[in-house]
Amino acid sequence: MKNSPNGPRNPLRTLLLASLLPGSLVARIPVAPVLGVVLAAGLAAAQAPAPPTAPQPAPAPQPPRFLVVLDAAHGGDDPGGHLGSQSEKTFTLALSVRLRSLLGARGIQVLTTRESDATLDLNRRAEIANHANAQACLSLHASMTGSGIHVFAAAMAPAPATRFAAWKTAQAAWVTRSLALAGLINSTLQQAGLTVTLGRTALPAVDSMTCPALAIEVAPDTSAGANRADSFTDPAYQARIAEALAAALLEWKTEAHQP
Amino acid sequence: MTSRFRPARFQIPRFQTVLFILLVAASAVMGGLLWRQLDRAHQRLLRGEDSAPTQAPQVAPAEQATLLVANDADNSLLTQVDTLPLPQDPGARARLILGKLLDLYAAPDAAHPVPGGSTSVAQVFLLPAPSLPGNPNSTDPKSAEPKSSAAAAATGPLLAVVNFAGAFADSHPSGIETENLTLQSISGTLHANLPRVTEVRFLVDGQSRPTLAGHADLTGTYLATDAVPTEGAHP
Repeated sequence: MKNSPNGPRNPLRTLLLASLLPGSLVARIPVAPVLGVVLAAGLAAAQAPAPPTAPQPAPAPQPPRFLVVLDAAHGGDDPGGHLGSQSEKTFTLALSVRLRSLLGARGIQVLTTRESDATLDLNRRAEIANHANAQACLSLHASMTGSGIHVFAAAMAPAPATRFAAWKTAQAAWVTRSLALAGLINSTLQQAGLTVTLGRTALPAVDSMTCPALAIEVAPDTSAGANRADSFTDPAYQARIAEALAAALLEWKTEAHQP
Repeated sequence: MTSRFRPARFQIPRFQTVLFILLVAASAVMGGLLWRQLDRAHQRLLRGEDSAPTQAPQVAPAEQATLLVANDADNSLLTQVDTLPLPQDPGARARLILGKLLDLYAAPDAAHPVPGGSTSVAQVFLLPAPSLPGNPNSTDPKSAEPKSSAAAAATGPLLAVVNFAGAFADSHPSGIETENLTLQSISGTLHANLPRVTEVRFLVDGQSRPTLAGHADLTGTYLATDAVPTEGAHP
């Protein structure tokens, strides 16, 4: 677009140009006519009768983002423990997929560390969780020893949050929140009739997570018969666990959004 | 007649014959010397290897040892006191006590079944804990205090380094709870019998290993004085 000798054809462009150019150049551009055009247009718009519109409701404040990271332990070359006819990596992936579906149905955003039988380094799992800036991170495991559900938080002592944290003890700033989440999950699982064992341990992936993080280890059902491995192929048992965990995370979300 | 007319090229020169005889004689002499040296070395070895006992075998007095026995059913550690002969050397003492603990786990009806038994612990080394004043690895600013490092080493806290046999780690059941209980019970047992042991590190076949059986971290230091969680209690 060419400028006319008396002034530019587009006044808004001229104003923008004037604000960007140095003073010596601005002085050569006839700004007054432009301002006049803009002011006139604004005045006309103000004097024109407003169309009858319904009063706009105030925009509702956006709820803060709530994201859960689900880490199905092991995978690929690392089968984990043996749970009778299946391996730990298969069971944790199935539980992760089921829990993801339940959380999605409850309006909770979910990020999973793996969706297939893929090898994933322990550090990579923590990296995924830390980049997500999640409000809860659950590392899902399974074991033939013990019974019920074992809930583990990091064994390190709480420490104040710092800008730069050591990788192996990054969880220290979140341990208090992790313990609160463990308490909530404990009560929810018990309400679902599941036996819960709480503990603290040193787990490489969880220790490096910068979010409320827990390791959930599924052990055979206490009411299982002689073959304890049957618990891991029982869809009802898996569904009870997933439902209880989803309920706990929904409550955690509610608590997180309370002022 | 034929030898009389034999061409000269078929005759062995005299100097070669003499040289051959000398070489054979030298080989025989060297073989004899070698045999004699070997016999002397064997005799010397036999003289040095005195199989007769020089000291009467010491029967260590039976003492009470406190074992923290893991229970998978409720993720707990139960205190059990056993009586067994224990040597005076702290390292050997620790190894024997841990062997007794792991024998319990290898029993068929164990509440925390782990195969391996007493041979699973290859060595236990006791070192001054890194926080001990005077230790070159110490990060404690009080290290510069004029306390004798020898005295501190004699009375200060100790770091126990437990070296597992590779077969033990390879056959250990996989799981967070079971691996954690094994390490906690070993740490607690060491502290119960050697109160100066405050920190414990674990090696497998003398090498650092990421996890015991896929879960519990073996790269860090365990505090022997850590409280043990119980069922239903908040950690």
